[in-house]
Amino acid sequence: MRQILLFFTIIFVGLVFISRLFYLQVYSSPANNLYEDNAIRKVYDYPKRGFVYDRNGTLLVSNQSSYDVMVIPREVKPLDTTEFCNLLKIDKATFLKTYNKAYHYSPRLPSVFVSHLSKADYAVLQEKMRKFEGFYIQKRSLRHYEASIGANVLGDIGEVNVRTIEKDPYYKMGDLIGKQGIELSYEEELRGKKGIKFIQKNRFNKNIGPYKDGKFDTLPTPGKDITITIDAQLQAYGEKLMAHKHGGIIAIEPSTGEILTMISAPTYDPNSLVGRKRSKNFNKLYRDSIAKPLYDRSLLAQYPPGSPFKVLNALIGLQEGVVTTNDKFTCSHGYRYGKRKMGCHGHISPANMNIGIYESCNAYFANVYRRIIEKYDTPYEGMTIWNKHVTSFGLGDYLGYDLKIGSPGRIPSGDFYDKWYGKNRWRTTFTLSNAIGQGEVEATPIQLANMVAAIANRGYFYTPHIIKSIEDQAIDTKYTTPRHTTIDKQNFEPVIQGMFDVYNKGTAASLQVKGLEICGKTGTAENFVKIDGEKTQLTDHSIFVAFAPKDNPKIAIAVFVENGYWGSRFAGKIASLMIEKYINGSITRTDLEKWILTHSLEHEYAKPYSGQPFKINGQTTLEVIDPEEIKIAPQKPTTLKL
Amino acid sequence: MIRETNRHFSFDWITIIIFMLLVGFGWLNILSASHVGDEIDYLDFSQPYGKQLLFIFLTFGLIVLILAIEAKFYERFSSLIYIISLLSLAGLFIFGKNVNGATSWYGIGGMTIQPSEFAKTATALAVAKYISDLQTDIRSIKDQINFFIIIALPAVLILLQNDAGSTIVYGSFFFVLYREGLSRLYLIIGLSVLFLSVLSLKFGALITGIIATTIIFTHFFLQKKKPVILQPILITLTAIAITFGVRFFYENILQPHQKDRISLWLRLENDPDKLAQMRRDILYNLYESEKAISSGGFGGRGFLEGTRTTGKFVPEQHTDYIFSTVGEEWGFVGSSLVVILFVLLLLRILHLAEQQKSQFSRVYGYSVASIIFFHFMINIGMVMGLIPTIGIPLPFFSYGGSGLWGFTILLFIFIKLDSNKINEW
Repeated sequence: MRQILLFFTIIFVGLVFISRLFYLQVYSSPANNLYEDNAIRKVYDYPKRGFVYDRNGTLLVSNQSSYDVMVIPREVKPLDTTEFCNLLKIDKATFLKTYNKAYHYSPRLPSVFVSHLSKADYAVLQEKMRKFEGFYIQKRSLRHYEASIGANVLGDIGEVNVRTIEKDPYYKMGDLIGKQGIELSYEEELRGKKGIKFIQKNRFNKNIGPYKDGKFDTLPTPGKDITITIDAQLQAYGEKLMAHKHGGIIAIEPSTGEILTMISAPTYDPNSLVGRKRSKNFNKLYRDSIAKPLYDRSLLAQYPPGSPFKVLNALIGLQEGVVTTNDKFTCSHGYRYGKRKMGCHGHISPANMNIGIYESCNAYFANVYRRIIEKYDTPYEGMTIWNKHVTSFGLGDYLGYDLKIGSPGRIPSGDFYDKWYGKNRWRTTFTLSNAIGQGEVEATPIQLANMVAAIANRGYFYTPHIIKSIEDQAIDTKYTTPRHTTIDKQNFEPVIQGMFDVYNKGTAASLQVKGLEICGKTGTAENFVKIDGEKTQLTDHSIFVAFAPKDNPKIAIAVFVENGYWGSRFAGKIASLMIEKYINGSITRTDLEKWILTHSLEHEYAKPYSGQPFKINGQTTLEVIDPEEIKIAPQKPTTLKL
Repeated sequence: MIRETNRHFSFDWITIIIFMLLVGFGWLNILSASHVGDEIDYLDFSQPYGKQLLFIFLTFGLIVLILAIEAKFYERFSSLIYIISLLSLAGLFIFGKNVNGATSWYGIGGMTIQPSEFAKTATALAVAKYISDLQTDIRSIKDQINFFIIIALPAVLILLQNDAGSTIVYGSFFFVLYREGLSRLYLIIGLSVLFLSVLSLKFGALITGIIATTIIFTHFFLQKKKPVILQPILITLTAIAITFGVRFFYENILQPHQKDRISLWLRLENDPDKLAQMRRDILYNLYESEKAISSGGFGGRGFLEGTRTTGKFVPEQHTDYIFSTVGEEWGFVGSSLVVILFVLLLLRILHLAEQQKSQFSRVYGYSVASIIFFHFMINIGMVMGLIPTIGIPLPFFSYGGSGLWGFTILLFIFIKLDSNKINEW
């Protein structure tokens, strides 16, 4: 017994030690990863972020340097604070506050002391920096927007958030990442790949040399330059036309699906969200709940499409064989069904398809729509077939373009009404508003522009996209594969003829551009808001879709102008001007241009917030902008080198 | 003829091989913990790894010398060696050099020698000698007091030089005396005192006193043959005295840093802010050493690959904290191997000690095992956070000439004694 006490104590201690080792090294050992080793400092070498060019090679986005003054509180030696504050243009109270904050964060680690110095301040400060121990200047790269256009398309970059860091280990705290627009969509291409240096630290957090002689270090790969499909001149022109209006414009090149312009009005100068002024300006934009400049109306706003939608019903009617181009329907200032009436304006009656389209006859399309739905035994079946045709134009669901925001729009189906009214408890007439693009139908500007592109192409479209090329890399085949609609090619010609006649002798006759064969369709959509809980009608939205030329179309466009009243009043003029600008490069219809530039809808947007009763549509008045104002302060001071 | 040759070289090679493995592996880790940059000049004697290489080289001369000396010499001159050792410890009060707060070194030229590393061997010899004396009876109180004096003299001298860690090692002689017949009562008393101390520090003297009283009286009443009532009362009073004494000792005698170490070990501080502060200030070494060991994982980072070792994150890593280097660079496999080597070495020494025919050799062997075991237990236990911080080296492993030579002499005298057992009929 006496012999074994030490013997067993030794074995016991040995076992305890091995268990403890097992606990420390196997059970709770951290992942043995150089990146997570806090004895190794990781210093990242950030590559240049790729530039962005427009379709014609105009530089839109480049980089600029910005300088931050950094501080490591422990290393700060007594200094001439007055001189230092003068150089940094801060007062002494700010100096102390910032210093204490940095010290509180960590006395050993660097904190930003003053961010985004101007180049001039930097130049002065740099020479005197050695006098201020513990402070140093860190350069960082910011985006620079060459022109003040396309804020919604180009988007911006900002510091990566914690959720992204958790999901993607590439990003570290403080890294910049694309937040919106193409910066977000093409983040991986634009950012390149950062390089990394591993540096051995000691326990005082000082660097003592490269880890393993830099064996694992990598060099940064520069970001790729990308070319986008936007036509900067057209974009700038469109933004200028949309000044003082709310709405969205999308123009697409039908033969490729490339997005030529993407305008959301009102917009803002992308440079206002760069650097020191970013948070102040962002707040201002963010808090503007009336104009909502950060809300991209061209992609997100769902509007009732109105009359442009009628052409789809004509196409479906032909495809389903329920109507011929010569079938005529009478219109007595509207269409009666049961006790109700769908109103219409005065025009030739009875109307065939051509007249129906260019006069935008509600009665004609109500008849066609009923024939489509009622061709089948139940309205449910009819709606389902109708829905299949309509959605084949890219309506009613996300289009699949390469920007990360969007709305699905809404195209009702048989199931939709079954849910709404109950199974088989509804009739075709319940859904009659669909005939004229009102009621349950909703679409975004980009969906409508795409629908026009599909008509212009006589039956197919390419998924709209913003990317034209990425240096040497091919773009996604998704954007080069045509998507066919359910309508046969020959059925398009009479409809297109009708749209051509809209310009020739119809609702847009006043918008003709000499020498251009434009096909279009006006639209006017009723809309409502809730004011103090009461559904209130506002002035109609002015809608216009068009493509040109009639043969081999180069541009398809959809214009929404909120509360612009009838189609050709605002949207039509803007669409015609845009088309002329894009195809001819110059404007002959200066009368239209001048009218658009001098007319504002701001008073219209103020109405629902005024707290006063107001008048709409027929009783509304136009607001003219003082021509002096336009001359002195051009709405968009574009610095674009065109 | 062959037998004849064997007799001369009948050293226990298993012990020697384990010794060499430990010294060699130890040096590799000292190299890792102390090299700066990627250039390694093995003969750079300004670096710890270079110096240690020299010490190891000189150790072989020392070994030859120890083995060459007649075995009887050690027994015969043990008293003299003990007295010289005491004098060398006492001399520190006059000639000693202060390093890190402890006056435990002699400075001779550029070298420093720490006599306490050699005093353990001397004490072991003296204890062995005294026990093997035919007149000695370990069960007599008089001899127990003599043993206590033999062991306490060097221990107290070392304690007065402010080297508490090395003093604790003298507690290892308890195992020796117990093996040789010391009453079991001491073991029970020792464990009880330890138990009461921990309890008292953790829960306060009053509660501990109540618990102790309850246990003692329950035990008393459950016994069939009841002793006089005075016995439990006296035991209880002693227990309560210990309980309060420990608290008094802790509150008033211990130095603040020692108090903090114990406080952290027993988790006595409840205020989280204060606790965090203490961890930063006192437990810093332990925190870093545990982290280094942890980061080794199962297979380790590889020789010279440990980033925490290279970055010198663990203070004193080549001396007292050398085991954390093993942990980081050699992982669970390497660290367990070191533990196993120590356990094998200790068991081997114990085995050999039991086989000795002379009581002197046996007791000396037992002392060797006990001393090395104490160092092994305290050092590795400390580095892994199992016991409070007590700064003593890991035998054969830690950097330092005095330590290496001290343990070499300690071990090889036993190897010599063991090789001689055949002549001791």
